[in-house]
Amino acid sequence: MYQCSTSIRAAGVCLILLAGFMQTVRADESKVPTGQELAFDNRKGNCLACHAMPGDSKAVTSTNIAPPLISMKERFPDRAKLYAQLWDASKANADSLMPPFGKHKILSDDEINKVVDYIYGL
Amino acid sequence: MKQLIWIMSCLGWFAVAANAQAAPEDHRLKVVKAVQKMYPAIKFEDYVHGALAFSPDAKDQYDAIMAFPPYDAEIEKGAKLWETPFKNGKRYVDCFPREGKNVAGNYPLFDAATKKVVTFEMALNQCRTANGEEPYKHGDMNTMGLLTAYARTLSDGMKMNIKVEGKEALAAFEAGQKFFHQRRGQLNFSCAGCHISNVGNVLRTEYLSMAPGQATHWPAFRGGDYALFTLQRRYAACNQMVRLAPLEIGGEEYNNLEYYHSYLSNGLPLKASVFRK
Ligand code: HEC
Ligand code: HEC
Repeated sequence: MYQCSTSIRAAGVCLILLAGFMQTVRADESKVPTGQELAFDNRKGNCLACHAMPGDSKAVTSTNIAPPLISMKERFPDRAKLYAQLWDASKANADSLMPPFGKHKILSDDEINKVVDYIYGL
Repeated sequence: MKQLIWIMSCLGWFAVAANAQAAPEDHRLKVVKAVQKMYPAIKFEDYVHGALAFSPDAKDQYDAIMAFPPYDAEIEKGAKLWETPFKNGKRYVDCFPREGKNVAGNYPLFDAATKKVVTFEMALNQCRTANGEEPYKHGDMNTMGLLTAYARTLSDGMKMNIKVEGKEALAAFEAGQKFFHQRRGQLNFSCAGCHISNVGNVLRTEYLSMAPGQATHWPAFRGGDYALFTLQRRYAACNQMVRLAPLEIGGEEYNNLEYYHSYLSNGLPLKASVFRK
């Protein structure tokens, strides 16, 4: 238990550092965010609120809400399916907690494609 | 068949007319039982600890802070507000039964005369205006917030005891219920999506508390600077978290929400002015 909670605390510290990092990224208007940045940023994809990403050591989260994003290529051979899940998760599951990133214009088309490219590598 | 439907709907109508509380009570039990089923090891009384019930570590930190609350001076300020007589010499204790002890758990209540939900904060303001004082702003943590930080401690240990009686009360309850369960805004979240469907799950780093128990311990002093949050300020914070423009603190929508939301805490003991992250 103790070990576990230490790692949660460490995760918290990392998140704070990460948030600070992202602040600077955002402040720099000229820099276009990468798929990974879009996925992590809590004002953009915020995927880490609900999904672990065991394949990326930079993805720090304690969440257990949704399935971990792992082996995406094997599990989603059809890229369009993955895109559709991000566009509007309620299509596959009407009760889904996952925000409809495309349908509600939380992310642009271009941004969704970047996030899909990124998680496709996980 | 048609006849059967007619008879059934008549029966349903009688049931509602006879006892408006049946539907809210069934709903509350359903919500509580769902949590019990998911977390049989967590005692019902411990639902008042919310997210802390899932994390012994965070609960230890809470206990340490509660032993000597660093925000005691704020509660003292509230006590002063509570005890200072109005210009006409009357005091808050004159407005409430038992000098204000063990009353907060009856609020919000439905006032049949005005056909409106009355929160404890509204009752405090009614006491002020009845005695010729200006009402406080519900969203002002330096007046109303501090006053409740003390006034609610007088009801520590009282069990939440919200009543829904009559058609109009039921309509207000249902308006709150709808608010809690309706998805809203760009991110398409509902309160229930987090605090009923995902109880005990971790949202990035935070355990999600169960709706029953959430209304028992306000105001809360939050974070490193112990900022005072009334329950409705917390509603506004949750709305903001999911990028929704918060509604008016003390407005009818939040009052109805508080009516429904507090009903879900029925049977659980109050404890005011606690620490929360
Ligand atoms: C608030 C919670 C939440 C957020 C934020 C979220 N998701 Fe999800 N996601 C879910 C849930 C819950 C599921 C499980 C299926 C369902 O209920 O829709 C899911 C399912 C998925 C799936 C299907 C996984 C599988 O194994 O079938 C993918 C892919 C996915 N999400 C990607 C993402 C990406 C990428 C982001 C960020 C841009 C994201 N999600 C943000 C909650 C979320
Ligand atoms: C996306 C998830 C999410 C949504 C939607 C959400 N909340 Fe929360 N809420 C949280 C988190 C995270 C916390 C902090 C941890 C906790 O206490 O559950 C919290 C805390 C609370 C608390 C304080 C609990 C305590 O014991 O201190 C209340 C009350 C509350 N929420 C009510 C609401 C209401 C009412 C709504 C809808 C208007 C709502 N929440 C919507 C995630 C959410």
